Amino acid sequence: MKPFLLVMVPVSMFAFATVVAAADVIPGEVMYQDGAVAASLSGAAGDADAGKKVMTTRSLGNCVACHQVDALSSAAFHGNVGPTLNGAASRWTEAQLRGIVADSKKTFEGSMMPSFYKKSGYIRPGNAYTGKASAEADLSTLLTAQQIEDVVAFLKTLKE
Amino acid sequence: MNILKKTTLIGGILALSLGFAATAQDTLTIATETGTQEIMLKVKPPAWSPLPELISGLVFRSKETQSLQADDFGNPGMVFVEQAWESWNTTDGSAGKSCADCHGEPAKMAGVRAVMPKFNKDKGEMWTLEMYINNCRTDRMGADAWKWNSGSMVSMTGLISLQSRGMPMNVAIDGDAAPYWEQGKEMYYSSTGQLELSCANCHEDNYDNYIRADHLSQGQINGFPAYRLKNAKLNSIHNRFKGCIRDTRAETYKEGSPEFIALEVYVASRGNGLSVEGPSVRN
Ligand code: HEC
Ligand code: HEC
Repeated sequence: MKPFLLVMVPVSMFAFATVVAAADVIPGEVMYQDGAVAASLSGAAGDADAGKKVMTTRSLGNCVACHQVDALSSAAFHGNVGPTLNGAASRWTEAQLRGIVADSKKTFEGSMMPSFYKKSGYIRPGNAYTGKASAEADLSTLLTAQQIEDVVAFLKTLKE
Repeated sequence: MNILKKTTLIGGILALSLGFAATAQDTLTIATETGTQEIMLKVKPPAWSPLPELISGLVFRSKETQSLQADDFGNPGMVFVEQAWESWNTTDGSAGKSCADCHGEPAKMAGVRAVMPKFNKDKGEMWTLEMYINNCRTDRMGADAWKWNSGSMVSMTGLISLQSRGMPMNVAIDGDAAPYWEQGKEMYYSSTGQLELSCANCHEDNYDNYIRADHLSQGQINGFPAYRLKNAKLNSIHNRFKGCIRDTRAETYKEGSPEFIALEVYVASRGNGLSVEGPSVRN
């Protein structure tokens, strides 16, 4: 008999899931200007509350795995691999925040932060957390266009 | 508890007199069946190391986990070591021999773990401890090879590691080992998977930081095999590599693959100087 606590241990430190919608900007065709993205990726506005959920849910953005955010203190265990996101909207414009979430490496060269709206250019991409190979064509983005808009809407509330 | 505290202090003084810049916290005194044993938790790195200091993974674990490893009676990994001791003495295979028939006491294995993986001159390739064990089984005993991650194999690596406990890791990286070391190094710094993370991202740039509740260590392997509270058994080095790579949303390599053997050479050498610690206790 294994202790059933095991069931509660997450399979992985990160866990993201995705779906693709038709009206979205295609990941490879996002227009970055100095890392920033001016237009909504989904064509629609974001929902800050939904963004909050994406940021704290392990199977979605799980941003708190690496970032501490006071406004999300109800979620346990914030990591500190990335900088705190308190006041992020005072440091960055909406377009810059969208660019950082979609592909942080366009703003911070060589960043450890994953690119959440990208599906190609990987070394040994796997099928989610199975450890098995995935053809690049079968990959989906870590977050959907709308989830990124939701996250951006929440980040915009982080003013100092 | 009292005994542990006292001996930690003595250990610290001993370490100082040996010329290590150690304080009491830099060592762990393990209560053993016959007395106590000292292991170094923090040491100076080899000259080529990118790290300012080598730190045992135990330092990043909770006090509770640390205290399990500080006492061989509390270390749940020792149950598996005992099982391996039994199989050490058990005849298996067509030659009708046991490990003990050729090697005598397990204590004869002292020093073996500290230099693994080691280039096998006869075979002309790099071999890990698992490969040396299986070679005895198939070629000398006429027995079946054990699977890399089988209980029998991982427990046997635990018994053999224990014989070197406290000795500094001292894996060769030059000569025949050089190409393996280079390959392993290349892997260590490559970002894999859809999260595009490398070993170095987590274990070199961010050790002592947290990814959610995980307190990142330097990813050293001097403590393997490691008993993990999470799965209640001893875990092999290659199995740990696999888990970390899987967590980058990448296709992993197989246990025993040439890639993991090369990575083991490199990662083991990054811990040269740290004490052999297996079987360690981790969460
Ligand atoms: C694996 C770690 C990791 C994850 C997961 C992660 N980030 Fe980051 N993030 C970083 C790092 C590291 C930086 C600092 C930039 C750099 O120098 O690389 C950063 C920078 C940022 C910045 C700029 C912060 C500032 O004010 O300078 C924002 C905004 C941000 N991240 C948002 C997010 C959001 C939103 C998510 C989830 C959808 C997320 N991050 C997930 C590691 C991460
Ligand atoms: C996304 C972060 C991340 C990446 C990338 C990563 N690891 Fe880990 N690793 C962890 C975490 C978390 C643990 C458990 C806590 C600890 O010991 O750091 C761990 C543990 C380990 C351990 C066990 C250490 C001990 O003392 O018990 C080893 C060995 C290890 N990693 C090696 C590697 C190697 C080799 C790579 C690259 C192939 C790698 N890791 C990539 C996060 C990572």
